[in-house]
Amino acid sequence: MNATAIVAESLTKRFGTFTAVDAVSFTITAGEVMGFIGPNGAGKSTTIRMLCGLLRPSAGRAVVAGIDVACDPEGVRQRIGYMSQKFSLYGDLTVGENLRFFAGIYRVPTNVRAERIAFAVDMAGLKGREHALVQTLAGGWKQRLALGCAILHRPPILFLDEPTSGVDPDSRRRFWDLIHAMAEDGVTVLVSTHYMDEAEYCNRIALIDAGRLVALGRPGELKATALGGPLLLVECDQLGPAIDALSRLPGVLDTAPFGNAVHVLIDHARTEGDLAMALRRAGVRVRRIVPIAPSLEDVFVRLVGRNRKQTAA
Amino acid sequence: MKLRRVRAVARKELLQIVRDPRSLVMALLMPFLQMALLGYGMSLDVKHLPICVFDREGSQTSQALLKRFQASIYFEIVAVFASYDAVKDAIDRGTCKMAIIVPNDFSQHLADSHATSVQAILDGTDENTATLAAGYAQAVLSGFQTDVAFRWNALHAPTAREPGHLAVQSRVWFNEDLESRNFIIPGAVALIMALIGAQLTSLTIAREWERGTMELLVSTPVTPMELMVGKLMPYFIIGLVDAGLCLAIAALWFDVPFRGATSTLFVATSLFLLVVLGIGYLISVGIKSQIGASQIALLVTMLPTTILSGMSFPIDQMPAAIQGLTYAIFARYYVTILKAVFLKGAGVAELAIPLAALGVWACVIAALAARAFRKTID
Repeated sequence: MNATAIVAESLTKRFGTFTAVDAVSFTITAGEVMGFIGPNGAGKSTTIRMLCGLLRPSAGRAVVAGIDVACDPEGVRQRIGYMSQKFSLYGDLTVGENLRFFAGIYRVPTNVRAERIAFAVDMAGLKGREHALVQTLAGGWKQRLALGCAILHRPPILFLDEPTSGVDPDSRRRFWDLIHAMAEDGVTVLVSTHYMDEAEYCNRIALIDAGRLVALGRPGELKATALGGPLLLVECDQLGPAIDALSRLPGVLDTAPFGNAVHVLIDHARTEGDLAMALRRAGVRVRRIVPIAPSLEDVFVRLVGRNRKQTAA
Repeated sequence: MKLRRVRAVARKELLQIVRDPRSLVMALLMPFLQMALLGYGMSLDVKHLPICVFDREGSQTSQALLKRFQASIYFEIVAVFASYDAVKDAIDRGTCKMAIIVPNDFSQHLADSHATSVQAILDGTDENTATLAAGYAQAVLSGFQTDVAFRWNALHAPTAREPGHLAVQSRVWFNEDLESRNFIIPGAVALIMALIGAQLTSLTIAREWERGTMELLVSTPVTPMELMVGKLMPYFIIGLVDAGLCLAIAALWFDVPFRGATSTLFVATSLFLLVVLGIGYLISVGIKSQIGASQIALLVTMLPTTILSGMSFPIDQMPAAIQGLTYAIFARYYVTILKAVFLKGAGVAELAIPLAALGVWACVIAALAARAFRKTID
């Protein structure tokens, strides 16, 4: 049950002098939904492409479904489904023609072909539109059809590169329902996204920034530990002076305005009382200071900031 | 190689061709347009050349000579002048390519010596036409002289045999009428097939790159060999249709004598198609933009085929080094085969060498094309 589906060992990709992916290592267990989170250009797509055998790593090794990608890329391709970031079905072909093409390419057995295609059409919500040209479909349908094409051969591993970018919220929800349904059937899913709310749907998430793996863990875990201290919400009357005063206070790791309040990250040696005192001294009237549960976005912003500082140093 | 994948690729490609009527129409109209252009435009014959005459004698004999010029299919008298200035003007303007000036002692001279001369002024700016026209004019004149001499003999010695001069009777084989069209058109078919073939496939891989479909295709287990075979199959069929159209136009419309067997043509055309489709495919793999690939395909097929295949310039009149180079031009073999099949009725046995050469080309190109495509997006 807990077999290893994907292993990345110090995967590195350099384009000329630019290092797009810098020694990224992780392991994904079969049946897991792993999310890749990171800003644009962080190296999420490049990592996925190396795992699929589309790009050759400059260094490091990728093992997918127990096969070394560098040794037997075709063996890997038989066992994976891939959805690229950019829509890449044939726009000048109909829904049915695209599905039949990929069924042929993946050599879906003839006795289950019709059933699998019908399932994909159904899943994509395209029943009755089998004869529509794909380029006439709206974004959400296109993405679901692309997913349908990627799972025609029932691959045990799925790579989805920003499958929901540019798709309306309702379609995004439906798409995630599909991902979870597949994970329940034991499919391993590696999905990249830049939507924070989607990250919460993953079993584990890998935070990637500037080619580096910044953090890896379950969403709850990351929120509890990755920040390195409690997060407080400070409501007060003057935001500017408050932020000034707080960031000068030792033990305050980070401050960030948040609506008409301030999010303050402190180390474990500080208390709420220390903050209140510092603010009063600065002449800021404090309404309340309460500990809050950090969101993944807080974690993300904090960790990316720290990574940048380290890289710059 | 898995047949199902090849079939899936071929069907997809065919659907895309059908969905893009522009390229299909282009592929099917090209033979007509190109054949018309090359068949009518590329004639090396001189026929109905506009000429003017200046008859300084105005006798019955001189008029008889000019009638012969008029009767010749090579000339057409478009103007009759009465002064040198007018003649000069017409040549300068280019309204006439040649002027025939009959001297005022023409009949006298003919009666005295049975030999005559007339003056021909030629527009030398088109050297080929001028040379040919001078030759034809000579022929008209000597024909006239022979007739006059013969009539003179008959008049003076009714029992005497025809004056006994020896003349070379040349007989041209295979292109009896020396119609330049008969050897240009089979060559034109080769040129058109090379152009269309390489054009068609030059787009096929580049299109996948441009539309972003390549990334997904590369992630599937389809092998480079399956992709190539599947992609070339529909174009091979279109190519055969085009070849059929071109050959039919050559034989039926331009009346180029067809003396060989269709089966020989089929074998040769199939091999040639494999070569040009393969070249287009290779270009498409190397160049990721459709426009770029199409331009390169045009360059690679058009230049060597027009200049070095023997289609328009005879290979045995080229400098030795260039002749050696023509062996590396795939179109050379197809042009040789087409001309031989059309005009000589040659069969597979006589054409074994050029056919084998085309076969080698096809194998080499197919091997290169199958290997050229790398399944990565680096």
